[in-house]
This record gives sequence, structure tokens and C-alpha cells, in this order.
Amino acid sequence: MALFKTKQAVKYEKKHLLGIQDLSIPEIVHILNESQSFVELNRKENKKLSLLKGKTQINLFFESSTRTLSSFELAGKRLGADVMNMNVSNSAIKKGETLIDTAMTLNAMHPDILVIRHGDSGAANLLSRKVNCAVINAGDGWREHPTQALLDAMTIKMKIGKIEGLKIAICGDIMHSRVARSNIYLLTMMGAEVRVIAPSTLMPKEIHQFGVKVYTNMEDGLKDVDIIMMLRMQLERMDGSYIPSTREYYEFFALDYKKIKHAKEDALIMHPGPMNRGIEIDASLADDINRSIIVQQVEMGVAVRMACLKILMENQI
Amino acid sequence: MKSAIINARIIDTKNDIDDVGGILIDEKGFVEAIGKEVTKNNVGDVKIYDCTNKIAIPGVIDGRVFAGEPGFEYKENYRTLSQAAISGGVTSVVTMPNTDPVIDDVSTFDFIKRRARDKSLIKIHSLASLTKNLDGNEITEFGLLKLSGAIGFTDGIKCVQSNNVMDKIFNYAKNQNALIVQMPQDNELSKNGVINEGLIATKLGLKGIPDYAEHVVIERDLRLLSQYKSKYHIALLSSGKSLEIINEWKSKNIDFTTGVSINHLSLNENDIGEFRTFLKLSPPLRTEQDRLDLIKGVKNGTIDIIVSDHKPEDEESKRLTFQKCATGSSGIETFLSLALEQYHNGNLELKTIIKAITENPAKIFGINAGSLEKGMPADIAVIDLEKPWVVKRDQIQSKSKNTAIEDKKLQGKVEKTFLNGKLVFEIQ
Repeated sequence: MALFKTKQAVKYEKKHLLGIQDLSIPEIVHILNESQSFVELNRKENKKLSLLKGKTQINLFFESSTRTLSSFELAGKRLGADVMNMNVSNSAIKKGETLIDTAMTLNAMHPDILVIRHGDSGAANLLSRKVNCAVINAGDGWREHPTQALLDAMTIKMKIGKIEGLKIAICGDIMHSRVARSNIYLLTMMGAEVRVIAPSTLMPKEIHQFGVKVYTNMEDGLKDVDIIMMLRMQLERMDGSYIPSTREYYEFFALDYKKIKHAKEDALIMHPGPMNRGIEIDASLADDINRSIIVQQVEMGVAVRMACLKILMENQI
Repeated sequence: MKSAIINARIIDTKNDIDDVGGILIDEKGFVEAIGKEVTKNNVGDVKIYDCTNKIAIPGVIDGRVFAGEPGFEYKENYRTLSQAAISGGVTSVVTMPNTDPVIDDVSTFDFIKRRARDKSLIKIHSLASLTKNLDGNEITEFGLLKLSGAIGFTDGIKCVQSNNVMDKIFNYAKNQNALIVQMPQDNELSKNGVINEGLIATKLGLKGIPDYAEHVVIERDLRLLSQYKSKYHIALLSSGKSLEIINEWKSKNIDFTTGVSINHLSLNENDIGEFRTFLKLSPPLRTEQDRLDLIKGVKNGTIDIIVSDHKPEDEESKRLTFQKCATGSSGIETFLSLALEQYHNGNLELKTIIKAITENPAKIFGINAGSLEKGMPADIAVIDLEKPWVVKRDQIQSKSKNTAIEDKKLQGKVEKTFLNGKLVFEIQ
């Protein structure tokens, strides 16, 4: 049984997956429907398939990552691909090689799929124009992190059964967050009411034009929401450049038992990880099994990435 | 041998000429006569260039050009710059001191002067830097550099940040009657920024540069200028609101001049599309409203000159992510044609455009060009105003191919370029 029973699904047929902006609603529905079978598979004893047998997947990570990298690695391996992780900290990039040179070098090794994370917005787009294989954007600068948004949508759908009509608040450093942007695109497209909550120094300009409601205090922003998505707060932004101090941020913008009272009684908490406990979220609240669905997000991550890999590989034929 | 351009529509804004007629050029390459009376029958035995249905204007003066010499010859040198320039009707350029080494002392200035004399076809007029090594701290030898031939002083792509240093610059420049040229941008407000702050920056996930990074420097400079009344030129404007500030100060009888790049009159931030690095400019392309305001500024004379802001960049500097790539676009050879777009679409009168690229830059920079009265060097561009063409990267003469308007359809092209009376370019 498909995850979405009433919504039309259309297969995503582009070569690369670079951003939610490039997806339509039926394509999102299709990816999430596909993901569901992998959720079931991942819970079984034998998790191995051979859909990607003989295929080579390179995970090219220019920024450190634990969960996204391991999630993509596991997704590839469970589908039977040969997966290689490129650790960029000791590669030629540090010696001055450009992104395009690296891409050309890897391209010569005939990979079938490149998963790239890079600190510069647009890096995945640039790479996709230079290589022959499929490219998945695993996060580029502040721009997009499409698989994160897909896995978040999957988590919500699995947990609540719908996305449409939900009130979802995204809180924290919206300005520097690719997770926020991808989620805004996806959740508004799927019919949710999306709110963003941040101090105005961390609110990107013209964000209201993305179809979201903008709040600069948690009490108003959290009122009656179904889901609270907390973002990771980079510590270096809280040294007076954007925020006066960690304790001031905690007082006004961290999610704790007091502020969550403004949300719906059964409101759920999400976080893309890694969490700064005691900075953007109260430590025990993050572990509250009645509230937090952070662990489910990680589980859905593997399934959604398997679906994305499968779909892109099918598009190659 | 003498020569004559005949039957052309001659537009010379300084002398208020817009008539069909001819230009007689003497043996030494100066204008001997201009007007209706210069016809085939009146000029005697001279080389005749019949320019029926064409427009003849003074050779274009490009007020902001990065020439590559010294230090960046792999991006552009005087020879390649000259070829690109004459194919676009440009016969004089004002070059920037952002070179390696920086043009900040007399010996470097003398070196580029000799290089320009030996290698350049077109007329190179160099600006020296305002501060030593462009570091914004110590002022250069305005007096000695002027004696050497520097026509003015600028830190080029950099903007002097310190209020104290800028105060000293305005103060000292007055003694030497030196022209100060500044690109107004506050470094702290624009730190790490690569694009106009706003919707597009937020969509692309790029750090924005707010328009007030430009306003605060203009406000400061004009405040200081009002103390000293030195010669001051704002090199590039990108924001419509800057014009309000400028008009406010002009109404207080503070005298200065301003410029805008043709890119900022033709393009806006939306044209960047999906990270088109050739459109990463400094100052950044701003909104459509800003573009329209800037055109209005040219129209009503708030903006005095239009420049190409020709900044050749090699492939390696542009084949990077938008965040990391160099700023600037190559544009000297498309400069005039792109400016004519504003005539064809009805935004600007032809003579307004021509004035902003000939008469006005000549006046601001003190260059002996930009008009065609008797005795002037016969630097002339002959234009087919209607000729349609498409900008193709592989046809670019400049050493660097980073044009911001690849595949753009333009109307109006230079047919012939005369430099000191000699035909140096003719369209194939």
C-alpha cells in the first residue's frame, strides 16, 4: 500500500537530485512512496538488496559529517552498490585543487553516482555540469539539503499520517541553514503552514516571500503548532556577531518545557542533528519519547536515501 | 595623406553637433574641418570613407578598465586590450591600479607608461592608487605621480575605509588638485558578501551585500568633500537610493561627478540565474528597480558617465563556486553596443548615451578626446546603429572571455574605428 493514498505520484526523471526546488509535488509523493518499502526492508533481518549491484557510489564530503555520510553509505551498501567515502581533509583539495579538477579526476574513475556535500552554495550544481554520473546534493552551503527535507517529510507522514494542514515551526539559525530552506520549499508545497522563528539577525532577508510566516519570538511562533523543528545553532554565531551570548539565546530561543507549552499539547520535536543540548534545546526534552522523533528521523534517512539512489540509478538506464 | 569621412550623421555632444556631414582629417591625424561642407567634392584628393547611413562619434572613452599590466598579463595585456577596444569603438581608456605590483609609486607608473607607449594601440590613461599597496593606510605621492602623468587616484576595486585616511586624502588632494576616484563600499557591511542582499541571495543561499554598504560610504565621502571641495568622482553606483543621497548633496552645491557600469544599466540580480559566475560583479547587480533608477539617473544627469568596468578574468578564476570565484566581467568590446540597447528600447536618448561615454569622461579625467572640433585628435567610431548581432564567446577579442552577456542579441555595431586619423579597425 502506498504511503500517500490520495495523492498522485509521478516518477522523478531528472538525472541529478540537487534541490527540492527542482521537484514537483507528485515527484515528492513518488519518492516518499518508494521510501516506504525501504523502511520495511530496513526493519527486517536481511536488509541487503542487489538493485545497485555493480554500481559505484562515491560520497564526496568537503564538510565533516557523521550522520548524513553514514546514512548515504549504508543506503548504498544495502542496495548492493560499491561505496567509497572520500575524506577531503587529506586530499588534493587542501593542496589547492579546484572542485572541478577533483570532479574531473573522480569522473575518470567512472562512478555511477556522486553524493556531494560542500560548504559553498551551488557546489553540487557546478559539479553536476562537469561529470557524467548522477549527482546527489547532500548539502551545499546555505542553499539546499534535499534528502534531509525528504526524510523529515517521511518522518512526519509516518508519524502523523499527513503533512497537509499541519502547523510546523522551524526555529533557530534560519539564515545559515540549508535544512530550513529545503524544508520550507517541501513543506509549503505539501500544504503545511510553515513558520520560521529566529532572532532577526539570523533571519534571511525576504524570507516571507517563501510563503512562510515570520516570527521573532518563540511564544507567538509556537502557538498551536503540531511540529517544532529545531535547527543546530553554530556556536561561533553566538559570540556577539549575531547573538550576544549562549545564555541569552537559551533564554529566548531554545526549546524548553516552558516554551513548548505554547504549542499543541501533543506537538512533536524534530532536529536534523547534531544537537547542542542546553543551547538550542533542553537536554531532557530532546530525549522525551513522547515528544521527540529525532531518532525516527535518522531511521527514515536511510530509507529515503535508498529510494533516491534507486530512482536516480533507474534514470541512468 | 589626408582623409575624410563623408555623408555620416555626426554626433558630437560637446560641440552640439547632430547633422549629416563629413570630417576632414589632416596628415598628422587631427581634425581639420567638420560639418556639412566636408563633402566628396570639397575635400580634394584625399582618401574617402563614405559613411552613408552610419553614425560618426568621437572615439569612446572607457572610464574604468582593468588592463592586466603589470602582473596579470595572462588575463589581459595592452595589446589584447587594444584589439578588444578598437573593435568596440573605444579609443581611450582609464586604467585601474589594481595590479601586481600596485601602481602606487613613480617608478611603477613610469614602467606602465613605457609599456603602454610600446605595446598599446589605444590611448592608456592610468590612475595611480590612493593608498600605498592599496592597503588604505598611507596616501601615495599625489604630486609626483601627477607629474609622471597620473590622471587621478583610486584604490580601484577597493574602497578606502578609514575615516581618518579619507579625511587626509581629501585634504591633501586639494593641494595637488588631484582627482579622487572611489568605488563606495563599506568592507564590514559587505564582508564575505557575493551578491545583492535580498530574495535572490536568500534563495541561492549566498551571503548578501546590502545596498546601504554603498550609501554609508557615499554619505561619509560627501560629508568630507564638503569640508575640502576637492575633485571627487564616484566610480560606480549600484543602488537607486544612492541617487537620492547624491542629489541631496548636489543641492547643497557640493561639486562632484558619478559613474555607472553598463552592466548595472543592463542587468539585474535575477540574471545571475543558477550561479552564473560571470555575473558576479563588484558592486553586485541589484534589483530591477535599482536598474531602472540608475537609467533615470543617467537620463537626468545625476550620473555623468557610463563605463564598461572591463575586468578580464581567466577561466581558472571563474570556474569556481559563486562564493569563491573572482568578481567582474569582460566588456570593453560590447560596451558601446550594449549602451545602445538603452537607446533602442527607448530608455535613453542617443545623445545622452554618447555624452556619457565621450564628452563627460573627457572632462572628468582631463583627457584630450571626446569631441571632434578642429585641432582634436581624429579618434572616431563609425557605427551602424541598426545592425543586429549576437555576442559570442569565441568571437571575443579580449584575452579573457568572461562576458556577462553571452548569447545576448544586440542592435548596433561599430563598423570602423579611427585612432589619430588612422583606420585601425574595420568590420569584416
